[in-house]
Amino acid sequence: MNALRLIRLVTWGAVALLTIGIGIMILQPGPVTVSGVASVGGPFRLASHDGGIVDSESLKGRPFAVFFGFTNCPDVCPTSMLEITNDLKAVGTAAAKFPVFFVTVDPERDTAALLKEYISSFDARIIGLIPKDEQELHAVTKAYRAIYRKVPTPSGYTMDHTASMYLMDGKGQFFGTLDSRETEKSRQEKLRRLIAKG
Amino acid sequence: MRITNTGTQTDRLIGGSAEVATHFEVHEMRMDGNVMKMRALDKGLEIKPGQTIELKPGGYHVMFIGLKSPLKTGERVKGQLEFERAGKVEVEFKIEDRGSTGAHHSHTGH
Repeated sequence: MNALRLIRLVTWGAVALLTIGIGIMILQPGPVTVSGVASVGGPFRLASHDGGIVDSESLKGRPFAVFFGFTNCPDVCPTSMLEITNDLKAVGTAAAKFPVFFVTVDPERDTAALLKEYISSFDARIIGLIPKDEQELHAVTKAYRAIYRKVPTPSGYTMDHTASMYLMDGKGQFFGTLDSRETEKSRQEKLRRLIAKG
Repeated sequence: MRITNTGTQTDRLIGGSAEVATHFEVHEMRMDGNVMKMRALDKGLEIKPGQTIELKPGGYHVMFIGLKSPLKTGERVKGQLEFERAGKVEVEFKIEDRGSTGAHHSHTGH
């Protein structure tokens, strides 16, 4: 390889890197402005996997949990759903009416039927929610300060997304999060406290 | 799934197939803060001589894409793992429950 060719290759490499860099910068979500008390969550009205509509207004007085994921997610989504299934069982009757919303960040592929089948593997208190378009998805994720990003793969695409589960109290106020990296005991303790608080 | 390189040269898991899926990809999953990121490994998954790598939840994995039929626990699915050097290796994937942590073993050499 002669020097000129090497320089050309290096130059093109730099151009490629720069292009990727700019791409990433463009794709990064804008800065989050915080004014006063940090607020996570907000009203939503979304189609559910069973063909109904879930309006957060109807949840007043009831604590609930929200998770953002997608059915083609191989790992963190089924793990989180499995964990909350076990956690709800452990908390017992106090959690009898505690809803967990699985909001898909991939409404393009996640139809109600697909989500229904997916959720049937887990606890019956888990309800799949499907934003009808990019706008609805953007609004609900923005309210929860959740991140999602479409990433191409050789045969299609995958989604990056926030993997924490949001806990909301009966007033619709943010209570905390559940995380796979926590112990079972810690997660279940939070759920008990949230449900007791109402 | 654990793969051991019993050869003397570095190899890469670059792809494969499963008879139940139209596509097969080698992925890496990682957490960036509380954000889950998954990437297809363009150059495959490197396995050094003597090294054993484990594909499991929370890390490297292969993904069956475009399932022709639902997977049933306990069933075995025929497929291949494709390596840069070792070429195609016939394997059988055992379908396990999401909650289980068991691993299917396969080996490759040169």
